[in-house]
Amino acid sequence: MSTILLKGGHLVDPASGVDALADLVLRDGRVEEIAEPGKAKATADETLNLKGLIVAPGFVDLHVHLREPGQTHKESIASGTAAAAAGGFTSVCAMPNTRPINDSPAVTRWMQDEERGALVNVFPIAAATLGSLGEKLSDYRGLKRAGAVALSDDGRPILDDHIMREALALAAKVGLPVIQHAEDTKISHGNPMNEGVTSFKLGLRGQPASSEWQMVERDIRLASQEGGRIHVAHVSTARSLDMVRLGRSSSVNVTAEVTPHHFLFTEEACSNYDTRYKMNPPLRSAADREAMIAGLIDGTIDAIATDHAPHALFEKEVEFDKAAFGITGLEVALAAAITALYQAKKISLTRLVQLLSTNPAKIVGVTGRGTLAAGSVADVTIFDPKKRWTYDLEKTRSRSRNCPYGGMQFYGKVRATIVGGKVVFSEL
Amino acid sequence: MKAKLRSLLGIEPLDSRQILEILTLARRMNPARPRTTLRGRRIALLFYENSTRTRTSFEIAAKSLGASTVVIHATTASIEKGESLKDTGRTLQSIVDAIVMRHPSSGAPVLLSRLIDIPIINAGDGMHAHPSQALLDAFTILNHKKTLKGLKIVTIGDIFHSRVARSDAHLFSKLGARVVFCGPDVLLPESALALAPGVEIVRDMDEAIRGADVVMMLRVQQERLSGMQINVDEYIRRYQLTPAKLKLAKKDAIVMHPGPMIRGMEMTDEVADCGQSVVLEQVLNGVKVRMAILATLLGKKPGGAR
Repeated sequence: MSTILLKGGHLVDPASGVDALADLVLRDGRVEEIAEPGKAKATADETLNLKGLIVAPGFVDLHVHLREPGQTHKESIASGTAAAAAGGFTSVCAMPNTRPINDSPAVTRWMQDEERGALVNVFPIAAATLGSLGEKLSDYRGLKRAGAVALSDDGRPILDDHIMREALALAAKVGLPVIQHAEDTKISHGNPMNEGVTSFKLGLRGQPASSEWQMVERDIRLASQEGGRIHVAHVSTARSLDMVRLGRSSSVNVTAEVTPHHFLFTEEACSNYDTRYKMNPPLRSAADREAMIAGLIDGTIDAIATDHAPHALFEKEVEFDKAAFGITGLEVALAAAITALYQAKKISLTRLVQLLSTNPAKIVGVTGRGTLAAGSVADVTIFDPKKRWTYDLEKTRSRSRNCPYGGMQFYGKVRATIVGGKVVFSEL
Repeated sequence: MKAKLRSLLGIEPLDSRQILEILTLARRMNPARPRTTLRGRRIALLFYENSTRTRTSFEIAAKSLGASTVVIHATTASIEKGESLKDTGRTLQSIVDAIVMRHPSSGAPVLLSRLIDIPIINAGDGMHAHPSQALLDAFTILNHKKTLKGLKIVTIGDIFHSRVARSDAHLFSKLGARVVFCGPDVLLPESALALAPGVEIVRDMDEAIRGADVVMMLRVQQERLSGMQINVDEYIRRYQLTPAKLKLAKKDAIVMHPGPMIRGMEMTDEVADCGQSVVLEQVLNGVKVRMAILATLLGKKPGGAR
């Protein structure tokens, strides 16, 4: 394997407390050396000149739907990871709601097979219960051995207290986090948007905020009893964050992620029945959006995850209440975060990298990643935080275009993505 | 000046001038005196939901203007075989000049208007809007009152599920009336306050109805309740319009109902048949107003044919 010198960039690696100009040498898929500018000892086959750019540990997306196996009309592992690479994600955690559901070591291994053509690391999140039916636990030990990094019935929340308790207990023994899509479907009824002023106006039935935060509250209570690790997927209401804070204050092992759309948009975006703004959890109130930003600033929220959820046009270009939930987001997550959080002077670049790399890598325990300390895996994201650009959906690498970000202007552009020492995306 | 109105998707996008133009034109319309305004035009009545009143009303209105109509019921069309709204709309677009549409999903006409290029007239979508009903309600009120400005119009009952209540509120608000909603929490959430300027919520029926100029009663849409619990006896006791309650309104108050009306539930027989009830008048006015709507949208001259 070749040696690459990353020259003249500004290294931001919160895990090792670095925020300075530095040169990096990548050899054989590892970070070999970190040196002051111009002082690297090793000789390189290839030099990337990164003046004015940020060099960060590769981003880890805790929440993507790659749709393979089974729904390749929406996305494939190859196309989804190509989009990930363009968005600066060197690792993606793939949710198990595929066809079949990824509830077995066989599917977990199949997803990681080289033949899938993944451009970035794929870490499967396996189903917490067989078929995600919420009835019987899947084989946690076998799944972990096959490469699963977490357990979740994403989209099919585990409602039964007893099963959730069992899941947390067994996952704790095996050493995996349980990721819960917190939604009490007995309250939310699969309704297409947030319950509030906008839903009343539009004559659409709503999901009340309580259908989320009551589930977060319950999960944290069960985790405090069973001692497991609970990760709250795509948190969207202010009160859910209060529950997370409360849980942490009583030493429950709870973490939380937020999607860019939940800190960018509010329920009002649905005003014209635009299904590009239909996702689950739904866009919430302005107060909830503010709370997400506050949570990102104060550390209640650990990670930014995309919930990249590709759908074909025919699944979205229908009546609002019949349209599929979800949007794509891998290619713009960094730009959305930089624009709404960093450019808006809410968070620093160090915090941004924590949210996109350091913390998510820790949550799913992908060792050697989420940092660029010497010896770690050479997964690197290189970006220009000041670059202005417009997202052109026509050029997306995803197979789907169900995305509200098309045509929007952002600050912050990924310039290169390196996975295991290999450049998989470059606009240098 | 706004561009000529092309589709009627709801009341919210209209301004008061456009509303009054339609209402003024409606006064000259009469199904007993057919016109040729829309001769040679083809109008599809695309109904994804059952409706007697509205469909018949639109059909007579279209024919009274000389248009030919074709009624398409979702249950008998390729829609039942799984055709999408987009494809149904595109198919119709190539053979008709306009679509009058009733659909159980809120926003369906908005979607269709984005996908195809001929005028769409919303004949009721989900819980969202029923603009032609709101226009005929305003027309009916104006047959009895000089203006809507300053009137107290109270709507009682199942506001949450009612597209009529939503469209009425927008229209009455635009024409300067006080819009008072009255009903139990489950059928009238506080979020209704933000619907339009001037909307008020009064939970007590006596207080709501006191001094009202117009009393609009709504049916409890049992078929849409989906899990909500309504105690019928309790509902009747608190929200049924009886002669005694009607006495609290102004002497010259009128009683309206968009239909279908369930006697013994939202109002007693006495009230339904009393001299203050204008329910049947609403039906006739429906045809006139729908003639005015079609003439305005599809007629050649701006502002509707003379």
